[in-house]
Amino acid sequence: MNIIVCLKQVPDTAEIKINPETNTLMREGVPSIINPFDLHALEAGIQIREQLGGKVTVLSMGPPQAETALREAVAIGADEAVLLSDKAFAGSDTWATSYTLARAIDKLGADIIFCGKQAIDGDTAQVGPETAEFLDIPHIAYVRKIEQVTDDGIRVQRLMDEGYDVVKSSLPVLLTVVKELNQPRMPSLKGKITAKKAEVKKMGMSDIEADESSLGLKGSPTQVRNIFAPESRTERRMIEGKPEEQVDNLIKELKKIKCL
Amino acid sequence: MPIVVKIDKCTGCETCLESCPFDAIVMKDEKAYINEFCNSCMNCLSVCPEGAIIETETEGQSEEQKQKIKDYKDVFIFAEQREGKLASVSYELLGVGRRLADELDAGLSAVLIGATAEDAGELIKWGADRAFHCGGPALDKFNDDSYAFVLTNIINEHKPAIVLAGATPIGRSFIPRVAARVRTGLTADCTSLEIDKKTGSLLQVRPAFGGNIMATILCPDYRPQMATVRPRVMKRGEYKPDRTGEIIDVKSDNINSRTEVLEFVKEVSAISVNLHETDVIVAGGRGIGGEKGVKMLEELAESLSGVVGASRAAVDEGWIPYRHQVGQTGKTVNPRVYIACGISGAVQHLVGMQSSDIIIAINKNPEAPIFNVASFGIVGDIFEIVPLLTKKVREAKGI
Repeated sequence: MNIIVCLKQVPDTAEIKINPETNTLMREGVPSIINPFDLHALEAGIQIREQLGGKVTVLSMGPPQAETALREAVAIGADEAVLLSDKAFAGSDTWATSYTLARAIDKLGADIIFCGKQAIDGDTAQVGPETAEFLDIPHIAYVRKIEQVTDDGIRVQRLMDEGYDVVKSSLPVLLTVVKELNQPRMPSLKGKITAKKAEVKKMGMSDIEADESSLGLKGSPTQVRNIFAPESRTERRMIEGKPEEQVDNLIKELKKIKCL
Repeated sequence: MPIVVKIDKCTGCETCLESCPFDAIVMKDEKAYINEFCNSCMNCLSVCPEGAIIETETEGQSEEQKQKIKDYKDVFIFAEQREGKLASVSYELLGVGRRLADELDAGLSAVLIGATAEDAGELIKWGADRAFHCGGPALDKFNDDSYAFVLTNIINEHKPAIVLAGATPIGRSFIPRVAARVRTGLTADCTSLEIDKKTGSLLQVRPAFGGNIMATILCPDYRPQMATVRPRVMKRGEYKPDRTGEIIDVKSDNINSRTEVLEFVKEVSAISVNLHETDVIVAGGRGIGGEKGVKMLEELAESLSGVVGASRAAVDEGWIPYRHQVGQTGKTVNPRVYIACGISGAVQHLVGMQSSDIIIAINKNPEAPIFNVASFGIVGDIFEIVPLLTKKVREAKGI
């Protein structure tokens, strides 16, 4: 079983704060991490390899620094690592990113492709399904349990708003996974040593035979026009007093907003 | 339009580094360079004291492109149904879709896949001029392939200028496929949509970086302009029982799917867990302590016709299932009222709930960060406050 896990290196958004004077994000000293959902994707890939054999390749599109994330994935248990990096990829939106990833996956070949449900910096959840479309293979999003994998098919549970669907698909297939799927393992000491020596394969525009007009900013249909800070909340009010009074006052407020 | 640094003007002062929300400016040999993380947000342009950062020209739209864009006119919404019942986000899309269509002096069409022609008629009463209905038992269940096939065909044939869908598990799964197939842009999880009065373009506003920033996204050169819209943000359309319109039957032959839904399992819970569609969420954190606390939350939620939510701490402890989790690795919610009980308010939790209309925080620690985002704060013991609140809510409602 050839498994590809797509990884994104992201800033740890929990550490980001807005500078109230300039309305910009303060990113100084904010650590880069593997997108948390992608760790669950990696774990899923490793578990299938352990069950059926084969190899797990981690693939990341990003600047040269993303190599760190790939090495970390090797330390956790990936067999091979590929960094998709080229100046021509700069400024890609989800359309161009998915196109680029699909071209690379096409070259590498895979039976199952895992992605995290979404990246915590962009929060779009679009790259997985769009990549599947460019590969012309089916996808199942929000996978919370893998019930069965065989050489020619897969059956999974897909998280929906009020329950879950049991969905089966032929292979190859792309799955985007939620946190509930598994508990990601930590890198082992042996893994860390392997990761240090591991070769990270580099791929650029010429390696994936991409159509240049579909890459990067030029190939991206969407543009960011501007960014701004979200409106801050109106003054908060602390409700003081004995519990009984506090609750009575809260009830009054709930009535005011017609919640009661 | 690519952003570049004019190297001869750059003094290496590093002022620009902090202005970049995407980590796209790096220092090399004491000069600033823009790397591939750049999203062209242009924040750095005004920051540079030397005016060394500029936007380079790209070719404008060709005449052919301009003409092509003019062919795309109407507003289309994807009306979502689940188990044959219209989802509430569908009515919200009709509300925002109607407003945008009126501003553009265009028509509003709804596309319903699955359910019945009668439901399609309802969409007209809620604001659509036309409803496309593609029915058949195989389409009641959601499969990406079949839904993408139907919607793509309708888009290609009717050339809408704008296509909107709900940012629900269904919309966020198959709409990206449609956008990729018709080669156009898609903006995820929008919280505001406006028409640019000058250009007629759709201004799509969405949160990013876990809600820490808002971004306005444009799709200037491709049509349709596609967006998924966060549920419960837009106002519903106006219901007019006498509004009439055309219902177009779309043939459902030859629709294949490489995936197959074998069954839908509704997860049994004392109360609904649909965090995206409720007015009230009563959420618990580590402070709820265990089963007794969960029971207490359920009772309050039930009295307010709301739903139980959870912080990661309460989920990790195994007290509340993951599907209730609100926050960075759970769901992003925005109910009218969010009651946080015994939740300290880690940033990871706040990003998932801070856009709620009213936030009520109950916590015994007056320093808990949850109070920073609260509209109303009560410092106290949740085991005292919450049952009392439930009792008084029931009294007020006469139940």
